Amino acid sequence: MNESKSLGDKVFNITNVLIMLILMFLTLYPFWFSIVNSLNDGTDLIRGYCFFWPRQFTLASWRTVLADPSIMNAAWITASRTLIVTVVSIFNTAMFSYAFSRPYLKHKKFYSVLGFVSMYFSGGLIPVFMLFKWLGLYDNYLVYIIPSLFAGFFNVIIFNANFKAIPDSLFESAKTDGANEFTIFFRIVLPLSKPVLAALSVFVAVGIWNDYGTTLFFTQSNFLDTLQYFTLKLVLSSQAADHLKNVALQTSPELASLLSKSAGSGPVTSRTIELASMVLASLPMIIIYPFAQKFFVKGVMIGSIKG
Amino acid sequence: MRKKGKLSNKSADIQNKAVIHEQTKTTNSRKSFKLGYDFHTQMELKLMLLPSVILILVFSFIPLFGLIIAFKQYDPITGISGIFTSSWNNFRNFKIIFHSFDFVPMLINTLGINLLNNLVGVPVTLLFALLLNEVLNSRFKSFIQTVTYMPHFLSWVIYGGLFITLLSTDGGVVNTILMNLHLISKPIQFLIDPKYFWGIAVVTSLLKDLGWGAILYLSSMAGIDMELYEAATIDGAGRFKKMLYITIPGIKPTLMILIIFAVSGMLNNNFTQIYIFQNSLNLPASQVIDTYVYQIGLQQLQFGVATAVGLTKSVFGVLLLVGANYLSRKLTDSGLF
Repeated sequence: MNESKSLGDKVFNITNVLIMLILMFLTLYPFWFSIVNSLNDGTDLIRGYCFFWPRQFTLASWRTVLADPSIMNAAWITASRTLIVTVVSIFNTAMFSYAFSRPYLKHKKFYSVLGFVSMYFSGGLIPVFMLFKWLGLYDNYLVYIIPSLFAGFFNVIIFNANFKAIPDSLFESAKTDGANEFTIFFRIVLPLSKPVLAALSVFVAVGIWNDYGTTLFFTQSNFLDTLQYFTLKLVLSSQAADHLKNVALQTSPELASLLSKSAGSGPVTSRTIELASMVLASLPMIIIYPFAQKFFVKGVMIGSIKG
Repeated sequence: MRKKGKLSNKSADIQNKAVIHEQTKTTNSRKSFKLGYDFHTQMELKLMLLPSVILILVFSFIPLFGLIIAFKQYDPITGISGIFTSSWNNFRNFKIIFHSFDFVPMLINTLGINLLNNLVGVPVTLLFALLLNEVLNSRFKSFIQTVTYMPHFLSWVIYGGLFITLLSTDGGVVNTILMNLHLISKPIQFLIDPKYFWGIAVVTSLLKDLGWGAILYLSSMAGIDMELYEAATIDGAGRFKKMLYITIPGIKPTLMILIIFAVSGMLNNNFTQIYIFQNSLNLPASQVIDTYVYQIGLQQLQFGVATAVGLTKSVFGVLLLVGANYLSRKLTDSGLF
């Protein structure tokens, strides 16, 4: 396709690569910026942020963040919730999708109406809030778990398209050998669906890990704070501090307590703590996604386009 | 009438089974089996469906009944029984919204941010996908993808927090650069001045999802027949001609689906994004329907009014979806359903 290379072609290629490099820089830089500054001495930052490299390298902020009991509790809440919901909801949704994809399932119409209604209509924030309150889920750790155990009908459609790609003869021979539906699901379907399972697990995990709405809407106790919500509080209070400077310290107990704890180590300021916890809250997902990347297109796009 | 229908269904079933029986005998693999209609298998399947069905009924369907408080004088203190005992109030909740001073600015912000988002987001993402498709080295290409996916996997707390830091007035990168270039004499108050809010919302969501959004375009570009390109090369078409006359028409169905989704989502803002950048000073430009529902519902506890706003929004959302799909079918012959 590219045997004839004219001058225009070369110019285009070079410009194109340059555009891509600039885009990659724009994507990575904000993240790099916060890593660098979280590793810099806090009082030194008052002179201005570091742009590419820490001026006075220190791990003090990171030590403070990792030693803080409320941040560690938030990390534990976030991690446990992400793990439980991802494993159970992917398994449960795959099981639903398998049964739903069987051509001999009776009352299929009923299940698809159920699914599509749940996908397109929602009661909205207030009715859901009242339901959670009624069920005792409000301000309860279980609010992070139970409502998320079904991963949504959209994922069913994706699973469905993938299950259809499994050759029918496999199911037929298993059936004639007397395998029941659970055996088929566990022994044939799950092992053959690793790409889509991997991709959807990553999506669910990222969605749960990054969620702060549930904490904001449905909890009030501090011990239920997630890492994202904790960071949110730091971000919002420092945004306020930007304009109101000292007032924020008095109105934000989290920040004040963190700062008082770090009083012994001077290089830690609210800024560096905020940046360090931002990096901490995003690190796990950044580490995970490249591993599943090869499955994204293969496992998911087939489903969403054909389904 | 019903009985007859059931009967004919049954006979059709039996016929089906006979046909299936024939097919499996002749080892013709179709999407059906002779086995599986028995009671035992059906019970197993039902058992597999049960947990999810319960979850859907409880968490998706029960809240739909809660929508009736939009038409009632509901007091949150009365709890769940109050839903039934509270009195109907002749659409007063709806009147309160439509007559409120917040309503028009809120609607303008909601539609404006979304419209701008799509008008900028769709073409830029498409352009990015087209350019990425032209990158010849496939390793470099997948590396670019990995890097540009990254922000999609960050939460808005993090991504918004990064931008708040970059845009801050005391030493933020953007202000520092602009000051050093002598374009401005004193720092711009990006996050306080309402006139910058829409821009911030659009640029940040563009950057966050640029790489991810391109996945769909790229995968549908990969489905285009290579012979078309070869034929065009022989006919003397250059790169841009090929892009314009082969690639873009080739991905039109995908593009239409994305546009339908964009139109039907016109009233949905990304709450998680807006909430991060919102503060009391930029509220004139940042109050959208979703943040308004949160504010009057969970902060001011006007449950009836908040539900009425939410209900109105979802009704118009469904109308937009159906309308956009209808138009797309009429105009381009491709649609969602």
